[in-house]
Amino acid sequence: MAPDVDLAAVPPGPGPSGLEALRARAPWAFRWEAGLALIVVIIGIIGTAASPEFLTSNNLFNLGLSNGEIAIMALPMTLIIISGEIDLSVSSTLGMASCLLGFLWARGWPMIAIFVVIALVGLAAGALNGLLVTRVGLPSLAVTIGTLTLYAGVAEILLGPNTVSNFPAAYTNLGVNAVPGTGGAITYSTLIFAVLAVIFGVVLHATPVGRSIFAMGASPEAALYAGIRVKRIKTLLFMVSGLVCSFAGVLYTFRLSTAVANNGVGLELDVVAIVLVGGISIFGGQGSIPGVVLGVLAFAGIQNALLLTNFNQEASGVVAGGLLLLSVFGRNAASYASRLRARVPALRRRTEGPAAGQAAAGSQP
Amino acid sequence: MTPTLLRREPPETPAEASSRRLTERVFRIRETGIVVVLALFVAVTAGVQHRFLSDSNIQFVLVNTTIYALLALGETMVVISRNVDLSVGSVLGMSAYLSANLFGEHPGIPIPLVFLVGLGIGAGWGIVNGLVVAGGRVPSLVVTLASLYIIRGVDILIVGGGMVTANTLPGGFTGIPKATVAGIPDLAIAVAVVIAAGAYYLRSYRSGRELYAIGSNPEAARLAGIPIGKRVLFAFAVSGAIAGVAGVLWAAQYGTVDSTAGTSYELTVITAVVVGGVAIFGGSGSVVGAALGALLLSTINSALYVLGISDFWIQAIFGFMLLLAITIDRIISVKLTEALRLRSNHGGT
Repeated sequence: MAPDVDLAAVPPGPGPSGLEALRARAPWAFRWEAGLALIVVIIGIIGTAASPEFLTSNNLFNLGLSNGEIAIMALPMTLIIISGEIDLSVSSTLGMASCLLGFLWARGWPMIAIFVVIALVGLAAGALNGLLVTRVGLPSLAVTIGTLTLYAGVAEILLGPNTVSNFPAAYTNLGVNAVPGTGGAITYSTLIFAVLAVIFGVVLHATPVGRSIFAMGASPEAALYAGIRVKRIKTLLFMVSGLVCSFAGVLYTFRLSTAVANNGVGLELDVVAIVLVGGISIFGGQGSIPGVVLGVLAFAGIQNALLLTNFNQEASGVVAGGLLLLSVFGRNAASYASRLRARVPALRRRTEGPAAGQAAAGSQP
Repeated sequence: MTPTLLRREPPETPAEASSRRLTERVFRIRETGIVVVLALFVAVTAGVQHRFLSDSNIQFVLVNTTIYALLALGETMVVISRNVDLSVGSVLGMSAYLSANLFGEHPGIPIPLVFLVGLGIGAGWGIVNGLVVAGGRVPSLVVTLASLYIIRGVDILIVGGGMVTANTLPGGFTGIPKATVAGIPDLAIAVAVVIAAGAYYLRSYRSGRELYAIGSNPEAARLAGIPIGKRVLFAFAVSGAIAGVAGVLWAAQYGTVDSTAGTSYELTVITAVVVGGVAIFGGSGSVVGAALGALLLSTINSALYVLGISDFWIQAIFGFMLLLAITIDRIISVKLTEALRLRSNHGGT
């Protein structure tokens, strides 16, 4: 239904048409993001009511600290999933960068040189994903399960059972201190996330490249015939993901002051969960960066609420996994409803007008 | 490979027959390939270090293979239907803990009953996975990525900081992996029988062939009247049940079980399956190939140990092998499609 329908033209009626009138008048209220914003507000209200600590700058700081890296990694993941692919290797790219940082630092490299190497390795890791997906034509699921194992393996080769933790305070302070002038509420990772979110949002929603990403996710063939460089853009997206995730690894290392081979193991679940909670369709072609930002807030809020209870933190996968499933089910809700109507005759009679019945009859040979 | 669904087929044209022969030949090459790689690998390693072919090391490798080969059997059924089950490691972990814990809670409990409990736990999770995938129309990647962590999380909540230690387990239970017949572990023989049964089912039963049909082309399978939901649910249930049994075996083999048992096994299992020639796109591959893949991986693992190479290399090697295997398969299938097109052009004109 077109959004500019005059409300008076909609015949007054019970239930459904009232809802449709509202849908016509305020389509934004029916968007995933609107529901999510509501949930975030509810979490905020409940959290504040339950604990006076919830909205303090101290707690916000901790929220940013514990979710900064996964929030940052969710941004390139958003673009990749919208383009119709997936990158499960994000967590081991983070781990590989972390170990590389520790490995080179322990060998006395200057920090700037290490950053350059990490950037190059991150780009190369992403390029390997991208080339295998686009040029060899392999499914990104299989490729990134392979590189998930490979990059985690490289991390193990680099550090083995060792830990590197003698990083200079000037750097580790970046991981644990607040940005000056923010009242102690904003971590550096939060700031980086905010800046990147704006950049990714502008690229995705306001540039031709962004439109192309939606197009190739909705229909790769149509995008190709429309002259979009599908392979090139997808390869670039994987490279961006590699780069961003390896610097998330640097942040992660400085926050914990420790480089160790199992850094980041399992974070891919949190990243995928945030992106799908944010309303990105797992089938590609749909979603928005503001949705993902709300997804980050919802995810962080729920994790934080659990932290204030006695829930075993090691079992937080239950929550992330549950959120992941709920959000995919939520997106499918409309299609479940229509399948239910098709199955149950009583419902079908009520919703299908005579015109719909004729159309269905006419389509039968 | 197109599975045969109809009992009565139209007689083949010569062109069709020759293309069928070509397809079969190529896929047979794939399995022979693993055997050749395996043989080369064993020969080279044994040449460097004779200990590698000692009875005890062979037994060690075979017993180590059994758990992965079993998991690979279930995973193969799921992957053939164009799905993936990432939750096998977590299911294994939960089953290992809960079943081993039974011995402490109910001393004298019969061992077969413990295996049944493990099977039940696994089948339960498998059915949940299958119902959500088939009924919810959600991609299996997302579902099982979620259940991988949900099941592990539930396991952590159950286990807490506890663990089962070997001294609470009866000798008859921990002795299962050690029993041998003529130098071959009983367990390896039992698993070989199970794999043979699985291979026979997938090759010769209608519902087994239908899994291939679903994986080759879901839309065509639906139009052919195949109950996709039911078959996919069954594949997940089998994969879960097998992971449950594998968990009990894991407990018998390692004795000490905490909440980390079986962590990241799913990566090794998927690597074994794919290295064994099961197409990750679904629709082709065999259980025997997947079991050979598992044997190859545990042989490599053992060889590194025998050669004194740090086992920190193992994960990178497996990851590399997975990427290599899918790349080779892709190249073969592209070449095959080209060859088939050339042939059918010949036959047509």
